[in-house]
Amino acid sequence: MSAGALTAREPAEQQLAGHHSTTGTKAQGGSLGWMVLPALLFFAVFAVLPLLGVVALSFTNWDGIGAISVAGMDNWLAVLSDPVMYNAVWLTFVIMVVSWLVQTPISLLLGTFTAGSQKYRAVLAVLYFLPLLLSSAAIAIAYKALLDPNFGLAEGLGLPFLAQDWLGQPQLVLFLVIFVIAWQFVPFHTLIYQGGVRQIPKSLYEAAEIDGAGRVKQFFYITVPQLKYTIITSSTLMVVGSLTYFDLIFVLTAGGPGNSTRILALDMYLTGFRANLMGPASVIAVILVVVGLGLALLLQRLGGKNAGGSQLEGL
Amino acid sequence: MESRLSSRRSFLALAALTPLAAWTVTACGTSGPGTAPAGGATFWSLTGEPNESIRKKSLDAFNAANPDSKIVATVFQNDAYKTKIKTAIGAGQAPTIIYGWGGGTLKTYAQAGQVEDLTGWFDANPDIKAKLFPSSFGAATVDGKIYAVPTQTVAPIVFYYNKELFAKANAQPPKTWDELIALTKTFNDMGVAPLSLGGQSRWTSMMWLEYLLDRIGGPEVFQAIFDGKAKAWSDPAVLETCAKIQELVSANGFIKGFSSITADSNADQALLFTGKAAMMLHGAWTYGGMKHDGGTFVKDGKLGWFDFPTVSGGKGDPLNTVGNPAQYLSISAKASDAEKEAAKKFFKDGLLTTDEITAYISSGAVPIVQGIEDKLASSEDKDFLKYVYTLSKNAPSLQQSWDQALSPTAAEALLSNIDQLFLKSITPAQFAENMNATLGK
Repeated sequence: MSAGALTAREPAEQQLAGHHSTTGTKAQGGSLGWMVLPALLFFAVFAVLPLLGVVALSFTNWDGIGAISVAGMDNWLAVLSDPVMYNAVWLTFVIMVVSWLVQTPISLLLGTFTAGSQKYRAVLAVLYFLPLLLSSAAIAIAYKALLDPNFGLAEGLGLPFLAQDWLGQPQLVLFLVIFVIAWQFVPFHTLIYQGGVRQIPKSLYEAAEIDGAGRVKQFFYITVPQLKYTIITSSTLMVVGSLTYFDLIFVLTAGGPGNSTRILALDMYLTGFRANLMGPASVIAVILVVVGLGLALLLQRLGGKNAGGSQLEGL
Repeated sequence: MESRLSSRRSFLALAALTPLAAWTVTACGTSGPGTAPAGGATFWSLTGEPNESIRKKSLDAFNAANPDSKIVATVFQNDAYKTKIKTAIGAGQAPTIIYGWGGGTLKTYAQAGQVEDLTGWFDANPDIKAKLFPSSFGAATVDGKIYAVPTQTVAPIVFYYNKELFAKANAQPPKTWDELIALTKTFNDMGVAPLSLGGQSRWTSMMWLEYLLDRIGGPEVFQAIFDGKAKAWSDPAVLETCAKIQELVSANGFIKGFSSITADSNADQALLFTGKAAMMLHGAWTYGGMKHDGGTFVKDGKLGWFDFPTVSGGKGDPLNTVGNPAQYLSISAKASDAEKEAAKKFFKDGLLTTDEITAYISSGAVPIVQGIEDKLASSEDKDFLKYVYTLSKNAPSLQQSWDQALSPTAAEALLSNIDQLFLKSITPAQFAENMNATLGK
């Protein structure tokens, strides 16, 4: 959901910035500003306002049902001294980094592959994109059933080596979660890369071919550099998105066994809605927002100052 | 050109107005799950057979007889419901009739003034109070006032076993904890899991602690915890209980993968009736579930049950039991007077009717109604029903499930720590220390 909203917003903003710097006049600027209004209104009502509410709530005691009372700094001190929270931050970080390391190469290669115009590639692309049709909850329930050590894949296929306690071992479960996340999100990023690769001018490859560059060289010297901004976009979605892998993990493991998959978003939910501690849950939410904003800014910076600039100079 | 411009203008205006309009609609509208038909009331309860169908039948009968005060029911999965109802009550979107388990959660509702005080209603309808088990009112009472109507069935936790597997192993149901530990080896050697457990649901693991603590230290230990006495979790009985649980885990007592099995999917019951596990500690309600899902397993007499084993040197009465004394229905304080009237009418005429009592008994459960011995004796499940009835009736102490008795905050911490205890990622001493921090919260 959040991923979809982000992609929809991003090109529009880039376009807007481009217009301003090149052909922007006063009249156009005015009418364009008007066009931002609906989105801005949505953003203010559904994002900024609740966010301010959460910041306010983090300084109060509330069980979600009764009266709200002021708590001062108590919740912040309690959360910042809670080892479960630091464990959650660490897990979130591990999932983020490993997910990126697993998903980026696969999506990049699949995206480049499916960008070709051959018929069989189009057929395969349809198959690759199938997981996009499924919701996180459906994927989690399906995997939970498949990985069940007693009634799962092993029983169905008669393959006893598959009868591992996949989701019940604290050391193993995190990698299973990362695998399922990759299964769900690789198709989405493949789609992004496919679009990116198709926009690279053919003339670049033709020139390289004349110069005698092989497929591998073409990939590393043309495709990857040309995809710089696509990689940044995809990475931003992955990294910021990994803060919100709540639904999948909640259904798959509910944070367990123990706290071994209790990521920050899940920690927030369980604290707020299971333990009825809305104050501390709001503190975790604020931390989550700050971490998310920080990461998004960092990734934008990596793109360089002239992020809207062209990569096609001389063409 | 001009027409294009104006159409763009109107499009933009529309785009700007849509969110505004949507906002006003959502802000002013009261539609949604909280709405009742005119003169009627809404009712949220749980999915899961056989109780879901029984409740639905009673509701249909009541609605047909009372077209002016219809009750509209919505059903949810157990674990999901517990979160959903809290959120709905906090947001002022509660249904008229709130399904629950009494105890600590009901106490938070009552203290926040979210549920109706029904003490006066019970005084005005003494025959209803006289009809129900007296033991069922404890968990419905907060500070001397009754905030919920006890209903449905009494559900003590029962130790089930697969008779077929026991015959194959030439084993007898364990009478003591040491016999239980010895049996884990017998069944593991046979290639069968000794105990089924839906550990991801966590309250399933909690049932082990509830029984074991009672057998070791008696009901007084949890009473001290319930009363919030300082360091109550550090009682030696608690530490011994935790140590014994970890001993059982180390002996591979529980089925492989127990911490990823959920009770909501009834996979833990399936393990018992498919012969993958030999024993299971679970609520009396699973008898109906296994009868419903287990093919001929129950009918062929393959399901057996026994009392929770005793612990040598333990202080608790072996007749003590734990579980749910009843299920509870409250009325939302936010409901309109008409809705409250409809709900009260339903409580009076629609609950535990003769038909419903018969339906519960034939599903294999004991309704919380006095004087039903004859009906139980004529049921096809009379052996089990008699066992449950005697277990509940003769128990010197029927401890309510801990996660329901404690406040939601303490209960969540408890479940999380029990999960870690079963994984052996914390020691009994750490468990006690973590839980002491939640006392009085």
